[in-house]
Amino acid sequence: MDIILRIWRLMARYRWWLVGAYATTLGALAATLVLPWFLGVAVDRAVEMFQAGHVSTGALLWLGLLLAGLTVLQGLLHFGQTYTAEALSQYVAYDLRDRFYDRVQRLSFEFHDRHHTGNLMSRAISDVEAVRVFVAFGLLRTPYFALLFFTSSGILLWLDWRLGLMVIGFIPLLLLYSIRTRSEMRSIWQRISERMGELSTVLQENLTGVRVVKAFAAERHEERKFDEKNVQVAEESVRATRVRASSTAVMVMVFMLAMALILGYGGSRVINGEMTLGDLTRFLLYGQGLVFPVRMIGWLVSMFARAVASGQRLFEVLDAESAVRDAPDAAEMPRAKGHVRFEDVHFSYAERQPALQGISFEAKPGQIVALLGAPGSGKSTVVNLLPRFYDVTSGKVTIDGRDVSEVAVESLRRNVGIVQQDVFLFSASLRDNIAYGRPDAAMAAVESAARTAQLHELVASLKDGYNTEIGERGVNLSGGQRQRVAIARALLLDPPILVLDDSTSSVDAGTEALFRQAMESLMKGRTTFVIAHRLSSVRRADLVLVLKDGRIAERGTHEELLARGGLYRQIYELQLLPRERKDERRWTPAAAAQGAAR
Amino acid sequence: MIGHHAMRVPSRAEQDDELFGAVYDPRVVRRLLPYLRPYRKLLAVAVVAMLVSTGTGVAVPWLIKIGIDSYIATGDLGGLSWLIGFFVANALVNWGASYAQQIAMERVGQGMLYRLRRDMFAHLQRQPVSFYDRTEVGRLISRVLGDVGQLQELASMAVIVLSDFVSLIAIVVAMLLLDVKLGLLAMAVLPILVAVMYAWQPFARRSFVRVRRAISVVNSDLNENIAGVRVVQGLNRQDHNRKAFDVNNREHLDANLSATALSSGLMPGVDLLTGISLGLAIYFGGLMITEGALQVGVLIAFVMYVQRFFDPVRNLTMQYSQLQRSMASGARIFDLLDTQPDMVDAPGAKDMPAIKGEVEFRDVSFGYGSGPDALKHVDMRARPGETVAVVGPSGAGKTTLASLLMRFRDVPEGRGAVLVDGMDVRQVKRDSLVRQMGMVLQEPFLFSGTIRENIKYNHADVSDDRMVEATKAVGAHDFVMRLEKGYDTVLQERGGNLSQGQRQLISFARAIAADPRILVLDEATASVDSHTEAMVQAALKKLLEGRTAVVIAHRLSTVRDADRIVVLNSGRIVEEGRHPELMARDGLYARLYRMNFEESPTNWPVRDESGNGRSGNGRE
Repeated sequence: MDIILRIWRLMARYRWWLVGAYATTLGALAATLVLPWFLGVAVDRAVEMFQAGHVSTGALLWLGLLLAGLTVLQGLLHFGQTYTAEALSQYVAYDLRDRFYDRVQRLSFEFHDRHHTGNLMSRAISDVEAVRVFVAFGLLRTPYFALLFFTSSGILLWLDWRLGLMVIGFIPLLLLYSIRTRSEMRSIWQRISERMGELSTVLQENLTGVRVVKAFAAERHEERKFDEKNVQVAEESVRATRVRASSTAVMVMVFMLAMALILGYGGSRVINGEMTLGDLTRFLLYGQGLVFPVRMIGWLVSMFARAVASGQRLFEVLDAESAVRDAPDAAEMPRAKGHVRFEDVHFSYAERQPALQGISFEAKPGQIVALLGAPGSGKSTVVNLLPRFYDVTSGKVTIDGRDVSEVAVESLRRNVGIVQQDVFLFSASLRDNIAYGRPDAAMAAVESAARTAQLHELVASLKDGYNTEIGERGVNLSGGQRQRVAIARALLLDPPILVLDDSTSSVDAGTEALFRQAMESLMKGRTTFVIAHRLSSVRRADLVLVLKDGRIAERGTHEELLARGGLYRQIYELQLLPRERKDERRWTPAAAAQGAAR
Repeated sequence: MIGHHAMRVPSRAEQDDELFGAVYDPRVVRRLLPYLRPYRKLLAVAVVAMLVSTGTGVAVPWLIKIGIDSYIATGDLGGLSWLIGFFVANALVNWGASYAQQIAMERVGQGMLYRLRRDMFAHLQRQPVSFYDRTEVGRLISRVLGDVGQLQELASMAVIVLSDFVSLIAIVVAMLLLDVKLGLLAMAVLPILVAVMYAWQPFARRSFVRVRRAISVVNSDLNENIAGVRVVQGLNRQDHNRKAFDVNNREHLDANLSATALSSGLMPGVDLLTGISLGLAIYFGGLMITEGALQVGVLIAFVMYVQRFFDPVRNLTMQYSQLQRSMASGARIFDLLDTQPDMVDAPGAKDMPAIKGEVEFRDVSFGYGSGPDALKHVDMRARPGETVAVVGPSGAGKTTLASLLMRFRDVPEGRGAVLVDGMDVRQVKRDSLVRQMGMVLQEPFLFSGTIRENIKYNHADVSDDRMVEATKAVGAHDFVMRLEKGYDTVLQERGGNLSQGQRQLISFARAIAADPRILVLDEATASVDSHTEAMVQAALKKLLEGRTAVVIAHRLSTVRDADRIVVLNSGRIVEEGRHPELMARDGLYARLYRMNFEESPTNWPVRDESGNGRSGNGRE
């Protein structure tokens, strides 16, 4: 019920549409109710004239016109009702989409770690639609049907209470029946939604991972996986129909039984002269008027159940609080000098073992901190805490002496630039991708960032230059080019603090030089955190942190650590050195110089 | 301000317009029929049940008429009770029939949708990689889920429309049987109705096209924003994106509002015609009664029929836009199903026998689209068990070479051939070939599911021992065992709960577990951290033992031990040989090699040194 109330509140925001919708509903209802009355009059009049043997065409013409006019009025009101209901539901859907979009994009990484894109998309598409349909029909039509039902019943009672009672006697039965159906439908719809979500995940993964599928010739395997979910969706849907069908069929049958009752009992009263034929006509017509609402009960019930299930899934997202929020009195963070401190920082991802324990270190403005360690040792976690992608569990992170959790997140993030290993490009022009963090940047600034990021060759090679669409729908960029786009993005932002991953993925010997030049320009004058895979970054770092199982195992400069002969030395010998070249020592500087000269 | 969001609309719209243009298409229905074929019996049941339930429904006013004219008017109570008994029986039959009809129809409908989804998915699986290079994932998802969902609406609507149509005919017949003159009068407005609907239709279609276009923009915007949410947040784009999304969302709203105005606007027209019919029936029917030419019960039945007569028409107009939507979806679905994969197994392709491992590229040239060839007359050979490294600057054609070997793409006829054990790969079934090969891509991609499922991906028959052996070989066993549930740990979307390096180790294990005869590493260690790379390098010797390997790498240190190094430049093999030979030749390889080594330690010059830092400072 809470969910229904919340959907109602969404709708109630459009007060005038709501008023319009209900006003036309009431009007249509009135017109619908008056019609059978006059039809009864027409029958009585016709019978009278027949018995009197005197024909008054004028009265009949007048009745005919009145009925035609009423029907047209009813039509116009129905139009108003349908239009306002539909429009209102579209406004609600619009609202929901806007909110959903905004909520999702503001929820912290922790939320997105838990929710698949496909799952969120299915909420945004099918669940919003289910709620919309419910608004259009459930919330706006239900009162209409209910009123039609009650007023029709009232009129029946008033015309002949005994007969009326008999007809209405069926109602409690129907109610009980639909309540039972409702709870059943609700759980079925929930299951259908879930199954759809799973199906969508399989599909999405299959399509994005198509190369892996192909490399394993796993098409059949994937088909089986998909089939499993596909069957479940179909089966659940059939199950839902079984429940719904039995309820609608019962509704119609009950209506027909009521008609039989009217005809039998009413007929006998007409025979006994206790009722006119016109009254019987009214009875039959009002009785017929009950069909629609009664018929709709089953449908409404299933829609109701579906809306509750969908609403729940939507509100779950809309109500989700970002784990990372501005403190109530959060101040703007001005442009930082870049003095970063970690003070006894502990962190664990939701319900998992601690990822970081007792991390403390300091980076002075302009310094380079290199983070080293095995995968899962916590390197990425450390840098994720800096722009508050996650919040520390305990301890604190400060920039220029201010606790990052006390400043406005947006202003904090303006101070931190990130060049990730995995560069996400949006379906937009190259220009817009570079200026993604500063959409209002002047073209000259974008160009200069692109030049510094060594992108000019790329730009020159593209037909439409900066206006070339890239990303999923446009030109595919190589890994190295993507990374340089990310560098240009960061350059344009000009952040005092920089986080970067120095694995030069998919950059070959030729373009690696370009990449390095770009990196070089980017790091100038910024406090830089490097997730280091290369000797060169470690060597020039002011501080090297060697992480192991979420703790700092060793710290110092490259030379100090090398001299110490601990974990760093191991990593150095096993990883850094071989990665650069195994036989570095065989190469004399002289030989290198000679090589370069060539 | 709304920059790219506004910009990308036209390109999509252009494509969709073609599809929408062919909306009103019996072709779609024709294509759907085969999907109904397996359900012929059920369908027959549904049709019979529908006829019965519609007939019993339409019988009600007729029964009332009999009651009034034959029994009530004559005061025959006994006859009336007999009629009521019949009435009740009629109701019971109706109940049974309508229940049966709904169930049978849903079975048919869901079965059809199930088959459609299955076929689309299977069809997508048959598409070559090149198809995915030019088709957006979001678009495909909306075909398989969104458009099929629209057809689901069509299926359930077909039931309503069909029974409406049947009851329309039944009502016409009933009215004519009751009284021909009055019946014809009541139906006099029918031609007008047809004309109105005809005039209305093109407007409705146009406005509906706009709605579909708008929703597709909305959904792809949303999809991208969720997929790229980490970047969005890192770059503080939320406010800007919200505004841009609102523009798209608003356009969708507007499109819907005008579509609604059109679809509900037809209703007053239909009601007007109902009104005229009703007025005519009352006036002339009343006249006929007073003249004794008509019985009262007939008039009452007429009034009931006239009201019901337009119900189906009204329903049809309400369903009209949905009908069109479904048609358009159907057209798009079949459009997708009709895209011929440009790479299929040759007719009569044989199964690849057990591979020994000889790989040969024989004068292979290959290009993408109209661009220059990415590979030009490449001749290359690897004997069973050999490791061949392919190096070269980016754009040299290394990845193209790998995709030809994996048959992501096929060499066009007459432009050379790729052979495995002397057999042209185009002459064997791709499946049988690729199943004996393994590949590790640069970007590790894992599926949701457990680690076990991922390692045994597509090879469920791999024993746990083999799986553990493979995982140990790549050095991933330890971290897997450290996870709470070990191999049964469920991975998040694309393995989000593992680091990139860990994911790559799992994908190495996945490639090895299947014990492939030929292994292709496409810059497999390029995007992992040095720790992982070191582990992989250490394991590689063992992993490659007894297998033919094609290793693509940009980091030349990783390929020095290869049996043969092939140097590609601009699609041609420019050098070939072992490391020392190539170094001695002092060509491109030697140059690249030196560049690799000389620049790497010095590319970020040590802080306190002058700009280029080209000194030998790094050498201990």
